[in-house]
Amino acid sequence: MIRFLLPLGIFGVLAAFLAVGLTLNPREVPSPLVNKPVPPFTLGQLHRPELQFSQKDMLGQVWLLNVWASWCVSCRDEHPVLIELSKNRVVPVVGLNYKDKSAEAMAWLKQFGDPYILSVIDQDGRVGLDYGVYGVPETFVIDRAGVIRYKQIGPITKEALEGKILPLVRLLQKS
Amino acid sequence: MKPVAVVLLVLSSLLAPYQLAAKEAVPTELDRVQQKRAVELSEHLRCLVCQNQTIADSNAELAQDLRRQVREQIAEGRSDADIVGFMVQRYGDFVLYKPPVKLTTLLLWFGPGLLLVAGFVVLVRNLRSRRRVEPRALSEEERTRAGALLLEASNKERP
Repeated sequence: MIRFLLPLGIFGVLAAFLAVGLTLNPREVPSPLVNKPVPPFTLGQLHRPELQFSQKDMLGQVWLLNVWASWCVSCRDEHPVLIELSKNRVVPVVGLNYKDKSAEAMAWLKQFGDPYILSVIDQDGRVGLDYGVYGVPETFVIDRAGVIRYKQIGPITKEALEGKILPLVRLLQKS
Repeated sequence: MKPVAVVLLVLSSLLAPYQLAAKEAVPTELDRVQQKRAVELSEHLRCLVCQNQTIADSNAELAQDLRRQVREQIAEGRSDADIVGFMVQRYGDFVLYKPPVKLTTLLLWFGPGLLLVAGFVVLVRNLRSRRRVEPRALSEEERTRAGALLLEASNKERP
């Protein structure tokens, strides 16, 4: 009996592993930065480059850091979701304009709308590197103490916003 | 002057601007030893955009940035371990092209070896049990039946 059950068992285990593997997205590399303090930065603001912005300015609030660029195609998919979010004023979103030209970035915001309380310029992508950015868009949920609580890789979909980000934001805002 | 020489002279003067353009590559801030280190390190770091390539192989923008980062840090005098640590801190273990041996990667590292050993054990056991089967002697009854069958068969062959 074991002669037949054993291969069947091995097959079952293998099939289960492969089935789980099929549901995973290999592009989503879990970030080691989740539950760590945000990497510090001080950058010029997109619309007012003479003004500096630092992650410290957001201490005490729950906020989102959204990495975007005018050359990024999926950012256009995500944009309406962010605009909608900014209208509801649930949570402030800071934009990290990643490896972009400021003139093009501003034109892009003019065309599609600006959901950010402000955007900062990360022209050479160094701050992006500190945040482990490898594909734009990416979004970080940051709590009052300045700790990263969640990283969204790729565009924020309506489902991701309603299902994950907003519930987390509300939870963090209560604490 | 021979015509051939004239042609060569004209040709070489035409090529002169290119000879000027093809000067030596711009020397970088790294010396040769550091350069070698940069290349070696780049071969051990994974590009997260094209995941089956190292940052040395890949020409994705991210790979270029990471290569630049490696070179800068070498120029600053950081050790290889420091630089790898810097990358892991930002991108996780996945950035290492060769995964580290950890509790979570034990199966990855030793699974294939275990399977090989298990397969070998099964093979040896099968071969041994096969050798042990010896033909059983026929009973008297079976012998007469076999004889009858053989006789029948040989009669059929020769009609």
